[in-house]
Amino acid sequence: MTDLSINSELVAGILTDFIRDEVLKVGSRGVVVGISGGIDSALSAQLAVAALGPAAVTGLALPYRESTTSSLEDARLVASELGIEMLVIEISPQIDAYFAQFPEADSTRRGNKMARERMSILYDISATRSALVLGTSNKSELLLGYSTLWGDGAHALNPLGDLYKTQVFQLARQLGLPQQIVDKAPSADLFAGQSDEQDLGFSYAQADRILFQLIDERRTPAELPELGLDPALVALIWERVRRSQFKRRPPLIAKLSSRSIGQDFRYPRDWGH
Amino acid sequence: MKVSLIQHQPVLGDLRANLEWSCQQIAAEVAQGSDLMVFPELSLTGYLLKDLTPETAVTIDSPEVQQLIEATGQAAALVGLVLESDQFSFYNAAVLISDGAVRHVHRKVYLPTYGMFDEQRHLAAGDRFEVVELPLGGGASWRIGVLVCEDLWHPSSPYLLSRAGVDLLLCPSSSPGRGVGSGEGELGSAASYGAMLRTYSELFTVFAVYCNRVGFEDGFHFWGGSRVLGPDGRLLAGPLADAADVLRAELDRGDLRRARIAFPLLRDERIDLVERQLGLATDD
Repeated sequence: MTDLSINSELVAGILTDFIRDEVLKVGSRGVVVGISGGIDSALSAQLAVAALGPAAVTGLALPYRESTTSSLEDARLVASELGIEMLVIEISPQIDAYFAQFPEADSTRRGNKMARERMSILYDISATRSALVLGTSNKSELLLGYSTLWGDGAHALNPLGDLYKTQVFQLARQLGLPQQIVDKAPSADLFAGQSDEQDLGFSYAQADRILFQLIDERRTPAELPELGLDPALVALIWERVRRSQFKRRPPLIAKLSSRSIGQDFRYPRDWGH
Repeated sequence: MKVSLIQHQPVLGDLRANLEWSCQQIAAEVAQGSDLMVFPELSLTGYLLKDLTPETAVTIDSPEVQQLIEATGQAAALVGLVLESDQFSFYNAAVLISDGAVRHVHRKVYLPTYGMFDEQRHLAAGDRFEVVELPLGGGASWRIGVLVCEDLWHPSSPYLLSRAGVDLLLCPSSSPGRGVGSGEGELGSAASYGAMLRTYSELFTVFAVYCNRVGFEDGFHFWGGSRVLGPDGRLLAGPLADAADVLRAELDRGDLRRARIAFPLLRDERIDLVERQLGLATDD
């Protein structure tokens, strides 16, 4: 019915060329990428290694004391398989120091703060190596708004941003990522036992079929039940997409002058490169 | 003839909410004795629609337009909406409703696609300016022509309506403000519209009703300034400040007669010369 399968060889080739082209032409020496032990960061790192070679890729594992121990082991496995350097930097001291002032903070606040702390470290380390921060957000997460604004959502390049989670799995399998990375349940790992699909209340497989029809096939929500898709879930997902649109756009600037950044000052990002 | 200009801020992309609100406004103005209600450009949808364009489109025979027809009753209303054709093209349209039917549809001819604007990416362009004759305010017949926002920036638009005998220009607009230099007394775009409206109403000796919207959409700032000008170019009402409001004015057809006696510019217009020279230019 809904066919999300991709030509993995073609996609891997385009994404590898994309990373190489965008990194080298702006004068950067490589990339830094946060390695969580999950499939998205492993795949992003693997594509970067294919593009630039292992010496130009630095992995950063940034665990909090409540992160699952196996995540760090999986991150080490990814780094050793790829032959890249990996730095392990604990974020517990600064996170705990901050939340000592706000003991009432819930897990969402804590999780967002951790994501932004990781972003801050990635950018700091990237500057020491003249490297770009490589993103690991897939199209499903981006469309559902399942990300932290200016946290995991902040990076220079995002090779997976136009691949649904289902397609990330397909590409990862075909590129031979370690089985235990591909097989484990997706998790933001912001607290022990967290699962994306439990947080969201639906599976990526369900969400991707719906998102693909709404976005890529341009069907309206009202047209989806005839494809056998649950109308309540369609409504829920479309509303998530609408409510998270702000996360996918730059901040708003009030137009005052005759030429405003973003409105009518529109040079490309790759200006001069 | 009593006209009401409904200067407001629609909810971007929420057709249902804007329709309900518009029908309430129409009912309130009819109750006040208004003969004609004029809404801003794209008043049923908001302006910066982008991918919302097809999602908010309606057809002429849609229940939404029917609801507007019922709300308007014997009076008249000009409403801005996205009109879907049977070829699935989408037009930035202003629909003139009166006495149980749609009397006129103007599809915006000039779709700005430069600077901050991107209308041609999402919309199809209209291909004509037409005048419709409509009895308003106790039976007197008015010859009405519609110019939507950017249509005003091309002087051939009011010229063609003038040749078709227009006496009342209706100009719905979603004009984003720009230009805040300290030397200007007002926003640059407001000054431009003020100059155009004054010039057109005076040179074509017509009434001009300009209804702009207010509010913000993705940083675009709509500046209001709705107004009514007489056929001598003078302000009859407004301009409204930059806030949601209703401007009411009474139009006297006697003003048209007096202005055209004092300034018989239409009588003296050398249409034969224009046609000859433009025809020659085309032949070349």
